[in-house]
Amino acid sequence: MSDIRPDIEIRNLYKIFGADPGAHIEAVKAGLSKTDLNRKHGHVLGLQDINLTLPGGQISVIMGLSGSGKSTLIRHINGLIAPTAGEILYDGEDVCRMSEAELRRFRRKRTAMVFQKFALLPHRTVLENTLYGLDIQRVPRAEAEPIARRWIDRVGLKGFESHYPAQLSGGMQQRVGLARALANDADILLMDEAFSALDPLIRVDMQKVLLELQEELRKTVVFITHDLDEALRLGDKIAILRDGALEQVGTGQEIVLNPANDYVAAFVREVNRSRVIHAGTVARVPEPGESLPEASYPARLVLEKVARRMTRDGHRAARVVDRNGDTQGVIDLSAILEAMVNPATADSETA
Amino acid sequence: MASSCWGLPELICRFPEVDATAMRHARRAIDTGFRDLVREFSDVIDAATAPLQVFLNMLENTFVNTPWIIVFAVLLGVVWAGARSVRVVAGAALALLVIGWVGLWEDTMITLAMVTVSTLLAVALGLPVGIFTARSDRVQAVVNPTLDVMQTLPSFVYLIPVVVIFGIGKVPGLIAVVIYAIPPMIRLTNLGIRLVDREVIEAADAFGSSDRQKLWGVQLPLALPTIMAGVNQTIMMALAMVVIASMVGVGGLGKNVLQAINNQFFTVGFLNGFALVAIAIIFDRTSQAFGKRLQKHREAGHE
Repeated sequence: MSDIRPDIEIRNLYKIFGADPGAHIEAVKAGLSKTDLNRKHGHVLGLQDINLTLPGGQISVIMGLSGSGKSTLIRHINGLIAPTAGEILYDGEDVCRMSEAELRRFRRKRTAMVFQKFALLPHRTVLENTLYGLDIQRVPRAEAEPIARRWIDRVGLKGFESHYPAQLSGGMQQRVGLARALANDADILLMDEAFSALDPLIRVDMQKVLLELQEELRKTVVFITHDLDEALRLGDKIAILRDGALEQVGTGQEIVLNPANDYVAAFVREVNRSRVIHAGTVARVPEPGESLPEASYPARLVLEKVARRMTRDGHRAARVVDRNGDTQGVIDLSAILEAMVNPATADSETA
Repeated sequence: MASSCWGLPELICRFPEVDATAMRHARRAIDTGFRDLVREFSDVIDAATAPLQVFLNMLENTFVNTPWIIVFAVLLGVVWAGARSVRVVAGAALALLVIGWVGLWEDTMITLAMVTVSTLLAVALGLPVGIFTARSDRVQAVVNPTLDVMQTLPSFVYLIPVVVIFGIGKVPGLIAVVIYAIPPMIRLTNLGIRLVDREVIEAADAFGSSDRQKLWGVQLPLALPTIMAGVNQTIMMALAMVVIASMVGVGGLGKNVLQAINNQFFTVGFLNGFALVAIAIIFDRTSQAFGKRLQKHREAGHE
């Protein structure tokens, strides 16, 4: 699975909902606001001028509150919703220009989707649900069943093959949803608030399952969520969406350390920064001639883990090293502590 | 007469009616025109209804001429296959034995054949119409008012054109029964498909299902409980209509009821009526239990 997967390129994407979207697209492009469009013309602006590259083989998280257009956006990628203007390029093809038949082929071969409310087929067993995508592709059962059984096994549902969805808990149902999507062996995995309906503990569990699988599969995952913690835990790249427009795009650390505006800042305020910021970010360049500490930790390690290891090992300071073991800088406990405390909230809370 | 007009002008006071002569002419023109049209195409109509006649006769003869014990066993077998319930089978056995004992076996068999054929026909026609109705709002805008008319138009009224077109006999009766019994089949098929969870439909789309794969793999199976309710209703309505259809020459229990009305035979009327009720209950329990059994995946477990 080491072949490089293409990026998904979203270019100048607009979506207007209403009776005659085409009539208003030029006005919106010229700057007609969402409120005015709704009040004067009775149309709803779903997405405006989305430009986003979703890197192949990585997890991209699109984050936003309800009504931000994130579910609309993900449905454009497999053509469940057609845009009013713009294009989505994948592997040299524009998804938005595909015919019905091409789109069906694209959905069968290249994408798979996991849904918030699982959307399993209630009249099919776990095995049959997992087989669904392959059935649609008319893969013979003899060939498809071992594949399905393998994925059921991988998501931890061995022994439940002949259960019906109604007999399973929410977390187990979503494992079926995941197995169904993975059995398709598509490049792109679209996950629409896939874990949002699950209990917190099970959600974390499923996040781990996804990360483990991704470690090996390296699919192009597009993950939708309204939960910033989830976004930071999963996303190699995070895009924040608000009222149909992108507010900020970057890595988790970039967004937490440099929120682009007040909206994003308000979002990241409550985040556990020690789980996001890397040791390399906090490390300072040593003074010339300074004696370097003995201990060393990888630069990619998040502060929480560095702090835990340093206290465990009894170090007050340590070197931060890159993959080759070369020293990038030095870090000490007080610098870690300072970075972990959010400057904005720390000052405003007087207690 | 003018005194009851409260001093209003004639036009507002008395309803302006079409001239009686004009009405008479129009009526005569439509009636004769219709009759002539039917006469013109009588060969075509006969040819078209011949297979129905053959099928109906065949089934009726089978039901009537086979020794009762065999029919009895087969019927109970069908009930068992559908309901899988000893109670329903026992109830059906008891009802059929009583029916035979009071001398209504043959008439019941005729009615049974009639109801079977009309239900099969209503399902065979209603299901595709229901599917089309579910797929297009425009079709639904035409079909729904049509069904409203079919359901509210007194059945005696549409017996008239049926008789004009097809004459008197079993087949016209069959057609009248089908017209009467088909609306719930169409309505509930339409409703069942439209009520299928949108998320599941979206999932089917997201995996690249074709329309046909979606229909057979997702929509129809998930609409099945509602569709089965439609079948059940269709059977019940067919049983109700069989009595009225006896006015155009359908035999069986309905004919007995009609004679009982004409001659004020209280006991005969009720006996035949109860025989119909017994059949209805057997059909109802069997088809409902069958529908429920198809939904085994909905039972048990969480939620």
